[in-house]
Amino acid sequence: MSDESAPRPSPLAAEHEKLGARFAPFAGWNMPIQYAGILPEHRAVRESCGVFDISHMGQFFVEGPGATEWLNGLLTNDLAVLGDSEGQYTLILNEAGGVIDDLIAYRLGADRFLLVVNAARIEEDHEWLNARRPADVRFGDESDRFGGLAIQGPDAPGVWERMRSNGGEFPELPPRNGIVEVDGGHLILCRTGYTGEDGFELFATVETIAAWFRAALEAGATPCGLGARDTLRLEKCYPLNGADLDPGHTPIEAGLGFFCKLDKAGGFIGRDVLARQKEEGAPVKLAAIRLVDKGPPPRHDYPVFVPKGANPVASLTSGSLSPSLGYGIGMAYLPVEVAKPGTELEIEIRGRRFRAKVVKKPFHPSAS
Amino acid sequence: MSQIPDHLRYADSHEWIDPSSPEAASVGISDHAQEELTDVVYLELPQVGATVSKGDAIAVIESVKAANDIFAPVSGEIVEVNEALADDPAPVNSDPYGGGWIFKINVGDSGELDSLMDAEAYRGHVG
Repeated sequence: MSDESAPRPSPLAAEHEKLGARFAPFAGWNMPIQYAGILPEHRAVRESCGVFDISHMGQFFVEGPGATEWLNGLLTNDLAVLGDSEGQYTLILNEAGGVIDDLIAYRLGADRFLLVVNAARIEEDHEWLNARRPADVRFGDESDRFGGLAIQGPDAPGVWERMRSNGGEFPELPPRNGIVEVDGGHLILCRTGYTGEDGFELFATVETIAAWFRAALEAGATPCGLGARDTLRLEKCYPLNGADLDPGHTPIEAGLGFFCKLDKAGGFIGRDVLARQKEEGAPVKLAAIRLVDKGPPPRHDYPVFVPKGANPVASLTSGSLSPSLGYGIGMAYLPVEVAKPGTELEIEIRGRRFRAKVVKKPFHPSAS
Repeated sequence: MSQIPDHLRYADSHEWIDPSSPEAASVGISDHAQEELTDVVYLELPQVGATVSKGDAIAVIESVKAANDIFAPVSGEIVEVNEALADDPAPVNSDPYGGGWIFKINVGDSGELDSLMDAEAYRGHVG
């Protein structure tokens, strides 16, 4: 287990300090939360381009003749539809259908995959997968070998063009959800992200990641911390593992049924629970809730009530002021009776009730 | 370097108070505090007429990331609040010693003002 009292430094720690970052512990790492401020960083990603340190995230390489079949029995999405160099969002579930982790699985080649997992779940995922691994599949946790950047925003492709013209032979960005390995796998580019904007993620060895970070800044990307990453993903209703996703809730309840292929060959762990929920209906739904009036920013754990209700019907799993929209937003697992868009609710903040309502996901519309 | 005006007094918890008019002494948060908070997005003001004791949490200031208490730097009665900040708290960041004043307090015991830090001591406190 990681020692909570001494979080690990990122391989980019010295770069962040030069930029005047404020740090906070996150998933056992000491990570930059913000530089100039969450609001300008958020705006940079929505309007131009930002660069985030995601060195804390985990990289697992899976390889061997039975790799596709084996992984497909542990992941909710269907790996069989992926061509080479394509990725997909997917989940690892426990036997009860609860979420252990959400991740991106990339097919690098025939029976060869990269899994990019959440920092807080690296050990748990590793144990879960390794315990079920057949002899002909090799499994390597290479999280310690890689640092990572998420370069996100409408100008991210332009930033990459400037980065790659700075010297060396580097490829174009892969298409959406695609992946490309460079330099024998020492550099990996993925056209994915978690901000709802175009962009890519770059994984490079811990020895070279700082040079890539500086190249991104020189190419015009604004340094952004995990604070803006959180507001950006929440506006798009992308769930955060450990807050919006937990082993007590299924992906059906979380609204992620699209990423669960119940009919794929061989099934997967947790499948039967999801199939039953799909047929009978889930008791709760992860709903998008906004404050109706001006009020304090909603935050994780604030209780949610029906109007004048005596007892809370839920508590917020995530909450924030939406920098793009200017009002308070959050998500909660609401009983389905009160989870429909338009339903009036109240959020209690420091003993006072504020009017809120369920709205359609996402809060922030897509650019395209 | 953050600004620390010489004519004000400062609390450990980073509130400033103007001692020149103790019947209605303006209180705000220091330049250092607003830099630490960044991006103030919401301010919950104290009640006019409330009687408060030194060290009471009497207002809440929120950035995108977190909610923080504002403490009464001295005991007394709240005589005025800066209502404009309820609509737009930006002056707390942009003008912490001017338009960013948060409330005015009728100081009950001027001895409490003397017990607060002067600018030089506060410079040491944040340095």
